[in-house]
Amino acid sequence: MERIPILKMGDYLLVTIQVDMHDRLAMTLQDDLTEGIARTRARGVLIDISSLEIVDSFIGRMLGNIAAMSRVLDAETVVVGMRPAVAITLVELGLSLPGVRTALNVEQGMSLLQLARAEQENINGYGER
Amino acid sequence: MVMVKDETMSIRTSEDVVRVRQVARELALAQGLSLVDQTKIVTAASELARNTLDHGGGGTVRLEAVNSETRRGLRLTFEDQGPGIPDIDLALKDGYTTGGGLGLGLSGAKRLSNEFEIFSRVGEGTRVMIARWK
Repeated sequence: MERIPILKMGDYLLVTIQVDMHDRLAMTLQDDLTEGIARTRARGVLIDISSLEIVDSFIGRMLGNIAAMSRVLDAETVVVGMRPAVAITLVELGLSLPGVRTALNVEQGMSLLQLARAEQENINGYGER
Repeated sequence: MVMVKDETMSIRTSEDVVRVRQVARELALAQGLSLVDQTKIVTAASELARNTLDHGGGGTVRLEAVNSETRRGLRLTFEDQGPGIPDIDLALKDGYTTGGGLGLGLSGAKRLSNEFEIFSRVGEGTRVMIARWK
């Protein structure tokens, strides 16, 4: 069965969507990622959508679901690389991706995940050690 | 009016929805639409193709590259012989859904297009036409 590969790097899971996903493939990715967060105890998920030429309501919903499910599993999600034309279209479509953190590129996305993790550790009282 | 390209595709699977997006993209590019306009019409096509599949039980889309003296662009007509839409005004409301989605497909496709027409008869089917002009 066709699948989007998920890479593990340290405490993070990385996904680069490089194909025009049909709906079932998007659902499979959502399930695989959620299962992957639980199995690897990942603290963050980075999804690179720079290859995507469109994000419609179905893909938008999938991104929102992944962010919500990972939050419940104590991991942050950041979506990176959205093309400007996609962003314009998405907002006009009526989707503003509430609850989904975004960054311009992979580098900034990783910084965001690391920052979120450091903040979390401070709250938990590990910061001074 | 001179048509340079006119083709009809069937929509039976979610892979067909992907193919509709790809053909719509090729036509929009060939018609000289800007990148943002291409993205808008392809996104609208994706929403309507999915509606045809999920709510209409499958159907067809006619893709026309329109070139007249006054305008140049792309017209897409989605048709199904599904259950039809009893209340079109309600179906066009943001957030209204019968399928468990976000309820943005139909209303979003309308906002992303320059022209939008919908005809539906309960028990007979639905036809949605959208166009994006250069």
